Amino acid sequence: MKPPPFAYTRPATVDEACALLAEHGYDAKLLAGGQSLMATLNMRLSSPELLIDINRIDELAGISLDDGILRIGAMTRHVVVETSPLIAEHAPLIAQAMPNIAHAAIRNRGTFGGSIAFADPAAELPACAVALGARFILRSTDGTRTVAADDFFHGLYDTELSPNEMMTAIEIPVIAPGYRSAFMELARRHGDYAMVGITIHAMLENGAIGDAMLVYFAAGGRPVVARTAAAAIKGKAPSEETFEAAAAALDQDLDPPSDLNADPATRLHLARVLTRRALAQWAA
Amino acid sequence: MGSVAETMMETELDITVTVNGERASRRVPARRNLVDFLRYDLGLTGSHVGCEHGVCGACTVRLDGQIVRGCLTLAAQADGLQVETIEGVSDTGEIADLQEAFIARNALQCGFCTPGMLLTAAELLAREPNPDRARIREFLSGNYCRCTGYQAIVDAVETTAKARAAGAGS
Repeated sequence: MKPPPFAYTRPATVDEACALLAEHGYDAKLLAGGQSLMATLNMRLSSPELLIDINRIDELAGISLDDGILRIGAMTRHVVVETSPLIAEHAPLIAQAMPNIAHAAIRNRGTFGGSIAFADPAAELPACAVALGARFILRSTDGTRTVAADDFFHGLYDTELSPNEMMTAIEIPVIAPGYRSAFMELARRHGDYAMVGITIHAMLENGAIGDAMLVYFAAGGRPVVARTAAAAIKGKAPSEETFEAAAAALDQDLDPPSDLNADPATRLHLARVLTRRALAQWAA
Repeated sequence: MGSVAETMMETELDITVTVNGERASRRVPARRNLVDFLRYDLGLTGSHVGCEHGVCGACTVRLDGQIVRGCLTLAAQADGLQVETIEGVSDTGEIADLQEAFIARNALQCGFCTPGMLLTAAELLAREPNPDRARIREFLSGNYCRCTGYQAIVDAVETTAKARAAGAGS
């Protein structure tokens, strides 16, 4: 279908965009990469009066490294993140996740911040951000605030963002010595939304698993941190038995939803399969 | 763009887009997407409209040199930028070898997906000169074909990659 009518404006600066949001927040939508928003509009699931196109705000794009923190501008396109040497070296979990995000044509257009701010529960980047302890920079005419990824996601498409606020950047601490990452997802077609997915960011020290974040996506309304599973493997040496302990504990952490792809029991089973596989890859 | 107050409620916009090397200026509704702009406003019907929500890839065009979904991009967003369509890349001969390989391998039947398939394959071959079959499949995964079963399309892309590599080596 075609989208319902709307007005369109293209601010040149973040300040201009924030001023527009302050005036029209509830009736407006920010147009970032548009790879979810335009589909939503075409299906008439949303009908904003005004689209604020932030694609020409240069200050919102780019990746930099400063004092142990990677800073990714919210409008940095997926393809730029996917091919960034800085990301590959300092945030390998993100580098592993990128090829799984939709398809090449969509990664040319979609943005890092857009995917996070949209907060689709089946999306890869929100789970990665939570696993890595990322922080999000949010701006409005009232000022700037920083929100931890784990505090940002409230539920299905529901986040800490107010209607008058926009995400301007994502900050990710560079991977610390001893830490390793792994990423896996199950989808019916490469690039489709995951039926279930897992991100692992954990320390291996003197042959034992230390601090571990196991974060699942497409497993609840927001990225799900599996604390019981992480506790079950802490201090243990990586082994099939250890990985099984994590998989067995998952029913304490996950209460997966039902949809066309899978019912809750199937999803939990798939999450357990992925947990074993991903932990084995993580340890290898 | 003018000031916020002037532009705020504009549901129609004047845009200028360079399409296949020629500048085109039109007044368009803000909600007009890029592929409809190409088809209805400019009469370039080689880019097709399939699912209209980013899944099928039939509307694939190049925006500033990179493939994008024409149904998920507004015409207004292409204002001041370069757009290339299947008509343009056919005329320049840029993908003539790929098109020949599609014909030789029967990599199309109804042809609806073919323009998007060709532009996607062209971007893969531009980025990576020697992709294997698994990589070709992965890169084309965002383009649906309901006729061929994909084998012949992968054949054609692989054949073109090998021929280009051999040509470059000689």
